Amino acid sequence: MESIILFAPLVGALICGFGWKLIGEKPAQWVATGLLFLSALLSWVVFFSFDGVTEQIPLMRWIESGSLSTDWAIRMDRLTAIMLIVITTVSSLVHLYSFGYMAHDDNFKDSEPYRARFFAYLSFFTFAMLMLVTANNLIQMFFGWEGVGVASYLLIGFYYKKPSANAAAIKAFVVNRVGDFGFALGIFGLFYLTDSVRFDDIFAAAPDLAERTVHFLWADWNAANLIAFLLFVGAMGKSAQLFLHTWLPDAMEGPTPVSALIHAATMVTAGVFLVCRMSPLMEFAPEAMTFVTVIGATTAFVAATIGLVQTDIKRVIAYSTMSQLGYMFVAAGVGMYSAAMFHLLTHAFFKALLFLGAGSVIHGMHHEQNMNNYGGLRKKIPYTFWAMMIGTLAITGVGIPLTHIGFAGFLSKDAIIESAYGAGSMYGFWLLVVAAAMTSFYSWRLMFLTFFGTARGDKHTHEHAHESPMVMLVPLGVLSLGAVFSGMVFYNGFFGHAEYVGKFYGIPMTEMAAADETKVEGAEDGQSATATGEAHGDEAHGEETDHGPSFAGNPGDGALYFAPDNTVLEDAHAVHWLVKVSPFIAMLSGLIMAMWFYIWSPTLPARLAANQRPLYLFLLNKWYFDEIYNVIFVKPASAIGRFFWKRGDGNVIDGSLNGIAMGIIPFLTRLAGRAQSGYIFTYAFAMVIGIAVLITWMTMSGGAN
Amino acid sequence: MDHHLLSIITFMPSFAALILAVFLRGNDEAASRNAKWLALITTSVTFLISLFILFDFDPSDTGFQFVDEATWIMGLKYRMGVDGISILFVMLTTFMMPLVIAASWNVTTRVKEYMIAFLLLETLMLGVFMALDMVLFYLFFEAGLIPMFLIIGIWGGANRIYASFKFFLYTFLGSVLMLVAMVAMYADAGTTCIGGCEVSLLTHTFASQTFSIAGITVVGGLQTMLFLAFFASFAVKMPMWPVHTWLPDAHVQAPTAGSVVLAAILLKMGGYGFLRFSLPMFPVGSDVVAPLVLWMSAIAIVYTSLVALVQEDMKKLIAYSSVAHMGFVTMGIFTFNQQGLDGAIFQMVSHGFISAALFLCVGVIYDRMHTREIDAYGGLVNRMPAYALVFMFFTMANVGLPGTSGFVGEFLTLMGIFQVNTWVAAVATTGVILSAAYALWLYRRVVMGDLIKESLRTITDMSSRERWIFAPLVAMTLLLGVYPALVLDIIGPSVSALVASHDTAMEAAGAAVQTASE
Repeated sequence: MESIILFAPLVGALICGFGWKLIGEKPAQWVATGLLFLSALLSWVVFFSFDGVTEQIPLMRWIESGSLSTDWAIRMDRLTAIMLIVITTVSSLVHLYSFGYMAHDDNFKDSEPYRARFFAYLSFFTFAMLMLVTANNLIQMFFGWEGVGVASYLLIGFYYKKPSANAAAIKAFVVNRVGDFGFALGIFGLFYLTDSVRFDDIFAAAPDLAERTVHFLWADWNAANLIAFLLFVGAMGKSAQLFLHTWLPDAMEGPTPVSALIHAATMVTAGVFLVCRMSPLMEFAPEAMTFVTVIGATTAFVAATIGLVQTDIKRVIAYSTMSQLGYMFVAAGVGMYSAAMFHLLTHAFFKALLFLGAGSVIHGMHHEQNMNNYGGLRKKIPYTFWAMMIGTLAITGVGIPLTHIGFAGFLSKDAIIESAYGAGSMYGFWLLVVAAAMTSFYSWRLMFLTFFGTARGDKHTHEHAHESPMVMLVPLGVLSLGAVFSGMVFYNGFFGHAEYVGKFYGIPMTEMAAADETKVEGAEDGQSATATGEAHGDEAHGEETDHGPSFAGNPGDGALYFAPDNTVLEDAHAVHWLVKVSPFIAMLSGLIMAMWFYIWSPTLPARLAANQRPLYLFLLNKWYFDEIYNVIFVKPASAIGRFFWKRGDGNVIDGSLNGIAMGIIPFLTRLAGRAQSGYIFTYAFAMVIGIAVLITWMTMSGGAN
Repeated sequence: MDHHLLSIITFMPSFAALILAVFLRGNDEAASRNAKWLALITTSVTFLISLFILFDFDPSDTGFQFVDEATWIMGLKYRMGVDGISILFVMLTTFMMPLVIAASWNVTTRVKEYMIAFLLLETLMLGVFMALDMVLFYLFFEAGLIPMFLIIGIWGGANRIYASFKFFLYTFLGSVLMLVAMVAMYADAGTTCIGGCEVSLLTHTFASQTFSIAGITVVGGLQTMLFLAFFASFAVKMPMWPVHTWLPDAHVQAPTAGSVVLAAILLKMGGYGFLRFSLPMFPVGSDVVAPLVLWMSAIAIVYTSLVALVQEDMKKLIAYSSVAHMGFVTMGIFTFNQQGLDGAIFQMVSHGFISAALFLCVGVIYDRMHTREIDAYGGLVNRMPAYALVFMFFTMANVGLPGTSGFVGEFLTLMGIFQVNTWVAAVATTGVILSAAYALWLYRRVVMGDLIKESLRTITDMSSRERWIFAPLVAMTLLLGVYPALVLDIIGPSVSALVASHDTAMEAAGAAVQTASE
């Protein structure tokens, strides 16, 4: 079944990409979409029937060299199951939505078969993403990692006639490669240290790595910290974290369904998935984890500030995505991987909803993306409005404080903020709360500018604004369900009591370990089982009194690993009620500010921008990251390249090193000109060879005698 | 095994060349067509026969197989054979040649001579990879220059004389030193047999005691001297930085088929030489020089990638990219571990397919527009979707995308080097970023964008002949990317034997040094 989930999208991509000439463009699109829905259906079946026990399904041999042995294989555990439903659900809905969105496009003539190509890319992306999450070793994961990168490159550059789209596509690929540089070094390092790239072996070796030091570049490092850090650099690229984030806003050059699928719901969360997948290693790398937390929190904050002033509807959502990814990293960084996965899941629903809703607005407004030209669209496109409203309620985290009733984002975001506080990361906590207020502000700003007030911009466009067709509205409806309910439904598994979380992820619990002890005693490995059982038994004894069962097991048992001293889950549940309502207060303050700015006093934003011009420009220009990178990386690279070429190759190497050899060329060329053909050189050459052979022979025979 | 398959495939192309030279008369169209067909059929049959050798080959036997032996003139021995390392280069050569001939279907000047040159070239290249006698190897190795020299000099571009001489001088200066080293080796070992004989160069231990000459201390003694002499030749052939500058010029001036052979096969001779001679025969010398080689490789990767970034000529760009990829090869070889060596050999085979395809991609549009200037193109995807797809595929393969063969070699060599020197590993890994930048930048300028240039309005997509040339290359690149065991299973045992013998030799040398100091 897992194999069908995995390969159905690939088959769809191939049929759609190469077979559309035979079966026609529309049928090809339906084939791809149908196969994706099949995948989605099976994924849900797998998700609900999954019992928490990790399963390995080998498919084929891959790279084998000495002690390195890599298979194509599927690792089936809870993390994989979660990712399967996220990817296939959003992807199948995006496929469906694209029928409407891509039906007509001003960038192409009707004779150009762009639709089949689009669907083929989408399906290919889905396949690569599934390969990434089902991998049982780091190299296969890297395959998926780079595969989604290529799909992203192709889709960002889908409007290949637009120079800006082409530039954005290259930027996305190259910046991601900077992250991959770290990821690859991490893989090399792991292989060097553990002699394997398979997750099982790596997890088993994680406690050793914490004890080892390894020499890398100029110094000795703690092995676990170094590897965790290098892998996280890869995650920073893919998940657009600060310093490697500049590609994500530009990626909005792609068609909007792409932004929803790749640049919001799935691909950009791959970094979060990587950190969670590597939780057994991360637990032994405290410094790297602190780094993850700091980068995540800072990203959440910085992206939110930029989102405050952007006017392109897609860019606002893009910065919002970047900010929410920061939240997920904070959760992972403080050791609450399940909360990170929780937000990943709910975010996939509500952010895809927001993007597809924005796509519906853009579609209805004839590809106008500037929010300053929107306004008062509530009546014109009511379904889209309500879908966007649900998405906004979800992302801003609306719910009833101190209960578990609320929109998806309410539960998952609060879980992260509580975890940050519970883990004692005040930096993370405060930045996230402030970012939550800003999230609320820019999300409501988007709503107010788009759907409320009076129509601005081109009159003609507004008159012809129309609601989207059914194929686009149905996905919005389905995602709305996710945005409303996914938080409440899945709360227990992700952030409930330890025993629920443990059961959900297949993590052995202290009580189970104690039970095992009695069973296993007398068995072959009874000795060790007893030893570990006793250790856990002590722990359980101490904690049972107030907390109930807690996580146990060795690294690699279950989908996540929590070190014995990782008590963030209990601590997060035990935080003061003021902490628990803080995100709610932040949300309210953001909402009120947005109403003040855009409903009650609409001239205020312009006045404020004029008053605080430097700050406004700083934010509008995205903290000048692009400009700075251009000066310190892009320009020097081509200058150095030119220098090496003209001076290095030209003057130094050709000029001096071979000065003597090259000196005779003009002479020979003159000869060549006289002889009018190249043959003379052949003679010269043959002669030299002849002499060489002669010398050899003479020496040989001399030596032999 | 008592058949002469190796000799048959080696000399069949020359035999066809002889027939062409003697029997084909006239310069009309019919004669040209006959020459092309004869060349195509011969190279195809050669490939088919070589397939038998591949299927019959036993990878678990790390010695030489299919050995063919005869006494030759003046007491010299004619000995041919293949092992797990060389057989893939033989296969690469026989596989590429029919494609090369098919890619030359549009040649109109001196067709007969052109085909003769390529057929002779095939014989000489196969000879290099099979020769088990040092003198024989030298002959093939050096004589291989002649046809290539002619191909550039006669069928090349405007500046062909300069390029062909640069090519010749660079490669020749190295080979003189190699010749001297060979004489010294014969004097020391008393045989010219490379391997599989009672006394052979591979089993002979060359002196590695450090000595001083004219005030200079030579660590590793004779081995280091011999290594450096061979190095002079192989490094130029690879080509390694800083003796790489002949390659871009040669590529730019060579006709498309010439570039393909040069990139796909001739560049592999240097790497093969390292594996056949330098590493196993001079283990101590290799070890002494290894740090230098590793750094030269790392510099090559970064330096030539940066240079590729600013090229304005498509062929030059791909040529510089080739130098960078060969940097991974030399780096992998001098890690002396299984992953590095496996990766280096894999990278050579893979680069054979990918660089050949990229030069063919340039050839496709060069045939139509007669320019290699990147700025002369733009927006080709609008008129040439099939071409855009193929070019995209090989661009991605060139940047080492997992799932293509380009990934496996690059990744394995980097994995190998990380175990040896993390600085070199980190520097070389930046090549992964730079290659993406220059390859995609090239693709964007040539293929993407709107079709604005008037001259391109009527450009046509690939013909079915061109598609059929690319099909096998696409298939191999994908196949080896998804199932690299096809190659790794063959080279694995031979490589691990090589690694083991290197380790033993180093231990022995270490022990010798220890006893000497006591």
